Amino acid sequence: MDRRGFLAAGGGLCVGLSLGGGRASAQGFRAARGLSLGEVDTFLAVAADGRVTLYSGKVDLGTGVRTALMQIAAEELDLPMSRVSVVQGDTLLTPDQGATISSVSISRGGVEVRRAAATARAALLAAAAREWSVPVEGLATLDGEVRAPDGRALDYGKLVGGRTFMLKVDPKVKVKDPASYRLVGRSVPRVELPAMVTGQFEFMHDVRVPGMLHARVVRPPAMRGRLGEVDDSAARRIPGFVATVRVRDFLAVVARDEWAAIRAARALRAQWARWEGLPDQSQLWASVRASPILRDDVTQNVGNAPLMLQKAARVLRSTFDFAIHTHGSIGPSCAIAQWEDGRLTCWSASQQTHELRRQLADMFALGADQVRCLYVEGSGCYGRNGHEDAAADAALIAREIGRPVRVQWSREDEHVWDPKGPPTLIDYVAGLDERGQVTAWTAEAWIPQGQSVSRATLVAAELGGLPTDASHPGSVQQHLAIQYGFPNIRSVAHRLAHTPFRPSWIRTPGRMQNTFGNEVFVDELAQAAGVDPIAFRLRHLSDARAAEVLGRVAKLAQWVPHEATRPVLQAGRRTGRGVSYVKYELVRTYVAVVAEVEVDVDSGAVRVTRVHVAHDCGQVINPDGLRNQIEGCVIQTASRTMVEELRFDRSTVTSRDWASYPIMRFPDVPDVTIDIIDRPGEPPWGAGEPTAAVIPSAISNAIHDAIGVRMRSVPFTPSKVKAALRAAREAGTRG
Amino acid sequence: MARRIALTVNGRVSRIEVDDPSMPLLYALRNELNLKGLHFGCGLAQCGACTVQVGAAAVRSCALPVSQAEGKPITTLEGIGETGRLHPLQQAFIDEQAAQCGYCTGGMIMQAKALLESNRSPSDEEIRRALAGNLCRCGSQLRVLRAVRRAARAMA
Repeated sequence: MDRRGFLAAGGGLCVGLSLGGGRASAQGFRAARGLSLGEVDTFLAVAADGRVTLYSGKVDLGTGVRTALMQIAAEELDLPMSRVSVVQGDTLLTPDQGATISSVSISRGGVEVRRAAATARAALLAAAAREWSVPVEGLATLDGEVRAPDGRALDYGKLVGGRTFMLKVDPKVKVKDPASYRLVGRSVPRVELPAMVTGQFEFMHDVRVPGMLHARVVRPPAMRGRLGEVDDSAARRIPGFVATVRVRDFLAVVARDEWAAIRAARALRAQWARWEGLPDQSQLWASVRASPILRDDVTQNVGNAPLMLQKAARVLRSTFDFAIHTHGSIGPSCAIAQWEDGRLTCWSASQQTHELRRQLADMFALGADQVRCLYVEGSGCYGRNGHEDAAADAALIAREIGRPVRVQWSREDEHVWDPKGPPTLIDYVAGLDERGQVTAWTAEAWIPQGQSVSRATLVAAELGGLPTDASHPGSVQQHLAIQYGFPNIRSVAHRLAHTPFRPSWIRTPGRMQNTFGNEVFVDELAQAAGVDPIAFRLRHLSDARAAEVLGRVAKLAQWVPHEATRPVLQAGRRTGRGVSYVKYELVRTYVAVVAEVEVDVDSGAVRVTRVHVAHDCGQVINPDGLRNQIEGCVIQTASRTMVEELRFDRSTVTSRDWASYPIMRFPDVPDVTIDIIDRPGEPPWGAGEPTAAVIPSAISNAIHDAIGVRMRSVPFTPSKVKAALRAAREAGTRG
Repeated sequence: MARRIALTVNGRVSRIEVDDPSMPLLYALRNELNLKGLHFGCGLAQCGACTVQVGAAAVRSCALPVSQAEGKPITTLEGIGETGRLHPLQQAFIDEQAAQCGYCTGGMIMQAKALLESNRSPSDEEIRRALAGNLCRCGSQLRVLRAVRRAARAMA
């Protein structure tokens, strides 16, 4: 189905003359030009009634991106928001603006939309000027109309008349002066919330395709397994059973309704070969350290750190590790697939429908133009969880049985089979001179190999013996390079050939783990130098925005400058505060946080009571939306830091539900206070992830402030805290 | 063998046919009755995304067999208010923008409704404890707390 068919069905016709004068209809545009990012029509369509459709490759994940993009488009076009609607993540209709990852939806996607809308506005003004035979300089736009000084007005709908713009986006187009903003920079309420609170919002899980059947996948008991005999005699007796699907080691049952599919999956008897290829979890870090290394990436090299280490008066060493985490989506992955005349349509909550389309095309030996992937919101996914795998499951089952199929993963499917945030191990060594000044900083990390395009192997393809990609978790070496101006720095990433599970990106991938190590180790260096942690950071940064964000969090938290003290370890509760800072990927959003904790020295239990955040992401599109993201980063990452650790045996994941993989619940959620630095004259940067990067270290630094021990291993479970206290007592030292 | 079950949902009686009377109410509400205000999160009564009210009590519909729900007054999110006539909790969740992905939101609202109907002005600690069984992975808990406090004031 092409875009014309869609639009005709939707009631908004795009036929006839282009604004530029040539003859081209919308469907001709699509066929001739595809969805180039350089064309205004790729992003915007104006219907005859003046309503504007925004076509976005970036999708809303519960992040407020849809509303923010509407604000941006409506601002540049001088339109009420109520006249804008969004189509997102449909490979047939929306451009490939890259996956919705990396916190660039606004900084890249939003800027692309802004330029397209501004170019469109200029074209509308020019068209009105021609229509009225007046100079364009005297004209203005307001409320979806072009207005002349003499009072004449033309609605955009009348000007464009549902035609296409046939216009290239001007990369240097003059965008609106932020001083004139009516929408951008305001806390416009998210457009989805009224539907969400009344049960009207349609999630992926709510999509119904006519004639669809319900399927459940049946996975091996281990992470790998050859499938032997399948006995579905009991499954077949379940009323509503339709079929068993087997493609090599891929196994599923299909039924007329959802509960029948669940019952049939439970009744299925399958023999799987044993597999024990996972490391012993109690030896995980030894096995990471011993993993074969594909190559070493030098991530930063300043001066000659190895030489200066040899000459140092004193050497500090610390090792950090960060556990394997799962995304923990509240709604297990769900997808629907339908084949028709050799073409595949797939509905899922994938953050990257264009990439999914390519993966499914490869899996089934199709051309990309024979596959259409549509995005429908799932629950928060925080990276590459099971959505794409559910899509591949549905596509394979639907192909086998010749009917549209809905696959719903169980809670166990999601916990076990979603790809995981890989384990991270980092050794730091720093050299100090006689005065405690840092002369050299080195970091050595053991992390999986990565590629610039993030992708993960599709489970269905792997089990079914069909083509798929190797997994690459994205740029997890980010932030091994540091911003601090130490005179000699060398950091290296050992890219490992293997990692225990399919690695994928989970919020702030690599950047969280590496910033954890950096910002605790910096605190240790501040302690060695006898300098306040904020003052120490400021000394080694020459960046005005860095100084401001650190100054603002100090003010917000009423930080009292102090050297790291050595508290007497005694029974009872101790409170402490710790600071952390990052400039995300060294090139964009600045965040500084102060975390406050309360430690029960007897039980080792740590409560994160409050986190203060100062945040500079340049031009803020929606302040409340930004606050929502910052709070989310804090709370989710506090959970990951304090309690989360994927557990496994030699065969499989043993964290199979919320009891065996607990996450933070209401009683333990910290308060969050936020100071937003809004710079309307700067480019807008992202906020979905940067704050998450600094939470683990801020909490660790706060624990040190409270009880004098350094937590260098995430999660900071009570038993680890107690072990650290014991070790400190036995050593007679602190930290 | 198919069995007819009469469910009283949001004040209306619907007669559905089920093959298995032990099927959780969750599936009857979502599939037979096409309600979207509750969601499948775990099927294990661990997350609260499927919460409805049965009588006054907040109940995990994934853990209640549909046969045991027969004849009892069931209320889902759709039944507590609608556009133009929102329940104070629904209005409060909008006013506080108390959601990100929204998947846990229905369960949160129903659990909070049960709380406020038995405790008209709960303390922060009481709200946190009452919602301890409702998971939110996006981190909207602080806004949910503000929304529940706001609704409590409106309902007082």
